Amino acid sequence: MSSHSNAHVAHHFENAEQQRQSAQLGMWIFLVTEVMFFGGLFAAYTIYRSLYPEAWVVGSHLLSIKLGGFNTAVLLASSLTMAMAVHAAQTDKQKASANWIILTMLLGFVFLGVKVVEYAGKIDHHLVPGPHFFVDPMAELAKLEAAGIQVGQHLRHAFEGANPNHIQLFYSLYFAMTGMHAVHMIIGAGIMLWLLVNTRKGVYSSQYFNPVEVSGLYWHFVDIVWIFLFPMLYLIGRH
Amino acid sequence: MSDHHVIPVRVYLTIISILMVLTVVTVWVAFLDFGFLNTVIAVGIACIKALLVVMYFMHLKYSARVLWLYAGAGAVFFVIMMALMLSDYRSREWFPAPAAWEVTTTAPATSAPH
Amino acid sequence: MSAADTQLAAGDPPKHYLNNGLTIRSWLLSVDHKRIAILYLISLTIFFLLGGAAAALFRMDLVTPEADVLQSETYNKLFTMHGIVMIFFFLVPSIPAVMGNFLVPVMIGAKDVAFPRLNLLSWYVFMTGGLIALGAIIMGGVDTGWTFYTPYSSMYANSHVILAVAGAFIAGFSSIMTGLNFIVTIQKMRAPGLTWFRLPLFIWAMYATSLVVILGTPVVAITLVMIFVERFFGFGIFDPALGGDPVLFQHLFWFYSHPAVYIMILPSMGVVSEIISCFSRRRLYGYTFVAFSSLAIAVIGFFVWGHHMFVSSQSVYAGLVFSFLTFFVAIPTAIKMLNWVMTMYKGSVSFETPMLYAYGFLGLFVIGGLTGLFLSTMATDIHLHDTYFVVAHFHYVMVGGGVMGFLGALHFWWPKIIGKLYPEGWAKFAAIVIFIGFNLTFMPQFQMGYHGMPRRYHTYAEEFQVFHVMSTAGATVLGAGYLIMAAYLFWSLFKGKKASANPWDARGLEWETASPPPTENFLETPKVTQDAYAYDMPSVTCPPGAKSEAERV
Repeated sequence: MSSHSNAHVAHHFENAEQQRQSAQLGMWIFLVTEVMFFGGLFAAYTIYRSLYPEAWVVGSHLLSIKLGGFNTAVLLASSLTMAMAVHAAQTDKQKASANWIILTMLLGFVFLGVKVVEYAGKIDHHLVPGPHFFVDPMAELAKLEAAGIQVGQHLRHAFEGANPNHIQLFYSLYFAMTGMHAVHMIIGAGIMLWLLVNTRKGVYSSQYFNPVEVSGLYWHFVDIVWIFLFPMLYLIGRH
Repeated sequence: MSDHHVIPVRVYLTIISILMVLTVVTVWVAFLDFGFLNTVIAVGIACIKALLVVMYFMHLKYSARVLWLYAGAGAVFFVIMMALMLSDYRSREWFPAPAAWEVTTTAPATSAPH
Repeated sequence: MSAADTQLAAGDPPKHYLNNGLTIRSWLLSVDHKRIAILYLISLTIFFLLGGAAAALFRMDLVTPEADVLQSETYNKLFTMHGIVMIFFFLVPSIPAVMGNFLVPVMIGAKDVAFPRLNLLSWYVFMTGGLIALGAIIMGGVDTGWTFYTPYSSMYANSHVILAVAGAFIAGFSSIMTGLNFIVTIQKMRAPGLTWFRLPLFIWAMYATSLVVILGTPVVAITLVMIFVERFFGFGIFDPALGGDPVLFQHLFWFYSHPAVYIMILPSMGVVSEIISCFSRRRLYGYTFVAFSSLAIAVIGFFVWGHHMFVSSQSVYAGLVFSFLTFFVAIPTAIKMLNWVMTMYKGSVSFETPMLYAYGFLGLFVIGGLTGLFLSTMATDIHLHDTYFVVAHFHYVMVGGGVMGFLGALHFWWPKIIGKLYPEGWAKFAAIVIFIGFNLTFMPQFQMGYHGMPRRYHTYAEEFQVFHVMSTAGATVLGAGYLIMAAYLFWSLFKGKKASANPWDARGLEWETASPPPTENFLETPKVTQDAYAYDMPSVTCPPGAKSEAERV
C-alpha cells in the first residue's frame, strides 16, 4: 500500500477500504435512527388524519401548493448537485466539487427562505397553534369560492364538517414536522460549509472522499423526508 | 470492487428528470378524484421517488448487502410501529364503552357522588 | 490514578492504558475506548448512588402507613427521581457503556471502536443530559413518574418537566452513538479468523442490544420533543381539548420503553453466557440458539409494547394481539435459560463471585420473567395493573437480571480492567448479602401487590404495613451489600493483588492480552483459529499450573 493512500487511514483501521465501509455503514445506521425519529411524527400524523380526515383536508387547503411544489423542485435539484459534488470528488475534480457544494448549500438556503415566507404567512393568518390560533372553515370556503375555485361535493363536506380544534392539531403536526425537517436542513448547510472548507484545503481526493460521500447520504435523506412531507401536507383532498 | 463504482453523470440526469416529472404527476393526480386511492397514489409516488433517490443518488444499488439490510430495517420497523398502532385506533369502536360511561355534552359536569 | 503512580514508583512498569498519561486532561480527552469505559463507570456509580439514595428515602417513609418523613409532593418527586436516574442514567447505559465499551474491541481483536471520537462525544453528551436532569431535580424536582405520561406531564404538572425531558432526550443520543459504534465495530473490525459464529455471545448480545437502541431510542426522542413543544410553545399534540389523544403518547413512549427493557437485560444475558461457560469449564451448550435468541428477543421486543396499556383506552382487540405477541418473547428467553442450565449440567461448576452473580441472575430472572407472563395476560393484568406486583416484577427483571449481570461482569472482568484482584472472600459475602437483601425487598411486594396495594402511593392501609416493613428492611440489607462491594473494590484499586493476564483460565481474546491491556489492546493483531469457549482445549495464555496465581488474598 502506498504511503499516499495510507495518509488518511486512522490508526485503528487496517486499511482505507475498511475505513470507508465503516463510515458508510455508520451513516446508514444513523439514517435508520433518523427514519424512526421522523417515524414518530409520521405515526402521529397518520393516526390523527385517520381520526379527523375533514380537518386534514381544510388544513391542507390553507397551504400553498405553489410554494411547496417550488420547494420540492429546489430540494430535488439540491440532491442532484450533491450527487454531482460526490461524483466530482470521486473523480479528482476538487474545484468542481467545491462549486457543486456551494450550489447545494445555496439551494438549501433557497428552500429555507421559502419556508420562512410560508411560516410568516401562517403567523399572519393566526395558524400557529396556541392561544392565538384561529380558523373559520366556512370563511375559508367562501374565500375559495370567491377565488373562483370549483368546490366539489367532497370538499364542501370537509369544510362544513371540520372542527377548528382538529385543524389546530393539523398545524401542530405541520409545524413539528416541517420544523424538524428545517432543523435538519440547517444542520445540513453547516455540514456543507465544513465540506467546502476541507475541499478548498485539498483534503479530499479519489483516494479519500468518505466525508463528502456520507454527508451526501445525509443530505439525500433530508430530501427524502420532504418527498413524503410534500404530498402528505400539501396535497390532501384537493379534488 | 463494486463499492467504488462511479456512476455516470448521464444516470444522475435521467433520475432527476424522472423525479421532477413524478413531482408534477403527484400534484396533477391530487386534483383528480380517485376516492381513497388518492392517498394511496400520493404515498406510492413518494415511495417511488424515495426509492430512486436511495438507489441512485445514495448509491445503494451498488453498495454492500449489509447496507441494504439496514436501509430495509428502517422501513420495516416503521411499518411495524404504524401497523400495531393503527390496529388499536381502527378497532377501538368495535367494542364500544357502556352507554353509562359516555359523557353527555349538554349537562355541565357535576361532582361525582362520594 | 495513584494506583498507576505506585506502579510507576515500583520501577519497570509495563505500559498499559491506565498509566499511559496521568493528567486529568489525558483522561477527559482520551479517545481510548478503555478510558472512556472508566469515565462511564465512575459517572454511572455516582448516578447509581443518587438513584439509590432517593429509593432509601422513600422506603424509609413507607415503613409506616402515614406520611411521616416526607411530604406527599416530595415523595412523588423522589420516586420519579429514582426511576429517571436508574433507568435513563444507570440501567440503559450500564453494561453497554462500561463493559461493552471496554470489551467489544478487545473481544474482537480490534484496536478501538470504529468511531473513537464519537465514543468520547457520547460520554460528554451523556454527562450533559445527566447534569440537566440533575439540574431539574436540584431546582425542585419532577413529579410525573419516569414515564412522563400525558396529559399530566404536558398540561398540569408544575414541576421541571421540560428540563427532565431534555435530560432524557440528550442521554438518548449518547446511547444511539454507542449503539451505532458497536454495530459498525462488530460488523467491520473483527480480527482475521473471527467469523460470526466464533464470536463470544457477549458480542452477539451487544449487537442485538445496539439494534434495539438504534431502532427504539429515536422514537422516544421525538416523543419527548412533542412534550417539549406542547409545554414550551403551547402546541397541542396530545391535548384532549383539541381532539389529541394522550394515549398516543403511551404508544410512542412504550414503542421505545418496552424494547428498552431488552436494552437492559440482553447485555446481562451475554455476560451470563460468558461467566457460566467459564466457571462450568464447558463449551456453551447450543451456541447458535443462544446467539439467535438474542436477535429474536431484540426483534420480538418491538411487537409487544401494548401490554403496558391494557387498562388505557387501547382497544381490547389490540390488547388481545399484544397479549398474544408478548408470550412469544418468553420462547427465546426460555431457550437461553435451558442452554445455560445445560451448560452447567455435567460441567465442573465452581462458586467464584462472578458465578454467584450468574446463579443469582438465573434464579431471580426466572421469577421476574414468569411473573411477566401474569402481567401480559390481559385478564390478570386488569387486577394487577399499577400495583406493587408490577413494581416487584420489573425489579426482579431489572435488578435481578440487569444489575446482577452488571455486578457479575464487574467482578469477572475487574482483574482485566484494573489489573488487580478483588478480595474473593469479601466479594462472596457481599454477593450473598445482596441476594438476600434483594429478595427480602421485593418478594413481599408481590404479595402486597396481589392483595391490592397500588404503586406510587404515599400512604396506605394498615394491613400492608408488615410487607412494607419487610421491604424496607430488605432494602437496608441490599444497600449494605452494595456499600461493602464499593468498599472492597475501592480497596483493591490500591491494595489488590496484581492480576495475571488470565486469572480465571478463561477463553477469549480479552484474556490473551495483558491485564490491564496496553493502549492499542494487542501488540500485534491476533489471529483466531478456534471457536469461542474452547474450554476443552488448553488456553493460549494460561499454561497449566498458572491457576495458583489466582489464589485469593
